[in-house]
Amino acid sequence: MADDNIQSNLPPLTLHIPEPKFRPGDTVDYSDLQIPEAGAQARPDIHSAPKDMQHLVYDMVRVLDDDHKAVGPWDPNLDDEILLKMLRTMVQVRTFDDRLHRQQRQGKTSFYMKCTGEEATSVAAAMALHGDDMCFPSYRQQGILFVRGYPMIEMVNQIFSNKADKLKGRQLPIMYSSSELNFFTVSGNLTTQYPQAVGWAMASASKGDSRIAAAWCGEGSTAEGDFHAAMTFAAVYNAPVIMNVINNQWAISSFSGFAGAERTTFAARGAGYGIAALRVDGNDPLAVYAATSWAAERARTNQGPTLIEHFTYRAEAHSTSDDPTAYRSAQEREEWPLGDPIMRLKRHLIRRGVWSEEQQEALDAECLEAVKETVKEAAKNGILGHGLHQPFETMFQDVFEDMPWHLKEQAEQANKEREIKWPS
Amino acid sequence: MAVMNMIEAINSGLETMMERDDDVVIMGEDVGYFGGVFRATAGLQEKFGKTRCFDTPISECGIIGAAVGMCAYGLRPVPEIQFADYIYPGMDQLISEAARLRYRSAGKFTAPLTVRSPFGGGIFGGQTHSQSPEAMFTHVSGLKTVIPSTPYDAKGLLIASIEDNDPVLFFEPKRIYNGPFTGYYDNPVEPWSKFAEAEVPAGHYTVPLGKANIVRDGDAVTVLAYGTMVHVCKAVVEEHQINAEVIDLRTLVPVDIETIEQSVKKTGRCLIVHEATRTSGFGAELSALVQERCFYHLEAPIERVTGFDTPYPHSLEWAYFPGPVRIGEALEKIVRDLKS
Repeated sequence: MADDNIQSNLPPLTLHIPEPKFRPGDTVDYSDLQIPEAGAQARPDIHSAPKDMQHLVYDMVRVLDDDHKAVGPWDPNLDDEILLKMLRTMVQVRTFDDRLHRQQRQGKTSFYMKCTGEEATSVAAAMALHGDDMCFPSYRQQGILFVRGYPMIEMVNQIFSNKADKLKGRQLPIMYSSSELNFFTVSGNLTTQYPQAVGWAMASASKGDSRIAAAWCGEGSTAEGDFHAAMTFAAVYNAPVIMNVINNQWAISSFSGFAGAERTTFAARGAGYGIAALRVDGNDPLAVYAATSWAAERARTNQGPTLIEHFTYRAEAHSTSDDPTAYRSAQEREEWPLGDPIMRLKRHLIRRGVWSEEQQEALDAECLEAVKETVKEAAKNGILGHGLHQPFETMFQDVFEDMPWHLKEQAEQANKEREIKWPS
Repeated sequence: MAVMNMIEAINSGLETMMERDDDVVIMGEDVGYFGGVFRATAGLQEKFGKTRCFDTPISECGIIGAAVGMCAYGLRPVPEIQFADYIYPGMDQLISEAARLRYRSAGKFTAPLTVRSPFGGGIFGGQTHSQSPEAMFTHVSGLKTVIPSTPYDAKGLLIASIEDNDPVLFFEPKRIYNGPFTGYYDNPVEPWSKFAEAEVPAGHYTVPLGKANIVRDGDAVTVLAYGTMVHVCKAVVEEHQINAEVIDLRTLVPVDIETIEQSVKKTGRCLIVHEATRTSGFGAELSALVQERCFYHLEAPIERVTGFDTPYPHSLEWAYFPGPVRIGEALEKIVRDLKS
């Protein structure tokens, strides 16, 4: 057949396996990364139709320029006081991460995850929401809890799985939960919180409420079916929800290309669903704040869902169980063209004349002291692996509201074993 | 009292709960305007409005996931999964999320949702409309699994499931939606209206979860079954004139161990019947429980009658189905020494 002849002249098929640009030891060159000028992006009216702002998914909303000035239509024009709170909160988060990471290294707990370099994507975002808006975080949004005033000692108790741990030692460290602060219980399974956030938002809308929902996931997890189910539901029901994708470039050792980044942006996912979408400089706290406010206003006025891609960089390891020197170039962090969110906000505040290096040093020291003190206090409630901090019955409670017979039997068995394994 | 088939009883249960509780919402594929492919939600959108009973995208992951989020808001959703065979894309949301919320949040977030889903075969549904996946859920800590076998129980168990504060899988044996099934597939279906179990009270009542029902008293052998197989077992027992005690489990988790134990200790024999595939089926769990608790009362090995470990075939449906021949042989085997 003629078709066969044509095919025989073609080169054989090849399978494309994405490969990151830089591996350990490589010199990093970001010159082909398109970073648009700060302030150059138009800010659409919140009533704009998603199709009229599609260019923004290939652009990048940026407010802080190279001279540390806030420029352009996305400048949220925040008071000094709010900006100083933002800076303070981000410093608290980073200090907390550093100290608690150290606790894991000292054997006081099993696991820790930092959000270093990504603080703005939860701190600035949470500050742009109302306190009663419901957050469905992934595992790197501890910043939300700091914004909402969750007691730091509760976080450390949870990380130590000690007798004061409100989650009764059941959850992996950092998988926080606070219904009081509208912070949904963190799942270790990825992107499951996305359709849940949409469902919550649907419920809020169906009840004629004014509260909205916000969800976070990483760029790697946008590959999960849940992401696409959530986008479909959000679009179909015009749900009042903000869906944040934290594009920190790395999902453990898999670079963003394994989630499709070689083809298009993550914000561009919104276009296919007819959902308003923004791509934001995730290391620019003012841009994150502005984008979140814009999306929140849309949601709150029945304009529906928004997808926000926060373009950022995971400056540290995925978790304490990970060693990024094995798969990426150490220079990536040093050369990251969008800098560091704390540094950028600090310089902006200094430029505004409301902050100084001396004040920053004092703040750093104050935050460190507070975390050290908290860790010391929490350790009095016990640390993981040193003693049994929870009565054995707690292992069987909350599986169901009422404990059925088979769990009662198993609880009895566990208590008998306790007498043998750990005689008092 | 009204006479209802199982679909009407389920519809009545949903209507009763929607009337009593504004937080009860129904969602699923085709459940809204159309009223469901089996008509279980007929009229509910018209009566309660579009935000209480609505169609969803074809995404079981999205349906269950959104329902979990609605629970976090404070609603009490009753999602329908059109066929149990379609439930697998929603498994992660059921297993890792709905079932674990209470535990992982130490009781602060809960998932009081009831997932309704028609299951089981005998309707020429082929391999994608006939499965009985209940054991996949009974294996998960934090989920309850409920299976009715009559219109009266269907409504009472459904209301109890919706009122329960934990996630419930409510599997509806679709073969017996219109009338009980004896296993003799050539016989015409006798409608529920001919049976006392079709008398369904109007309004609210419950059949408690975790309580089995002894549908036939006897002392020769205990037969454990649920759903469609309850009726098949009853018919086969009569046919073989064996004085069996037939127990309809109604709830698989938590299972009514007391009723099972009492019965087997009395009869000394136990036959377990389900339509689902055999290996790691719920029958294996029942068999282990009976052996652990009643070993010294047993007069014969425990027998299991199940579907074969194959996908549910289409044309050979009645060769696959654990009907009168397979059940009859097992019954005769288990009571052999009684008769000789």
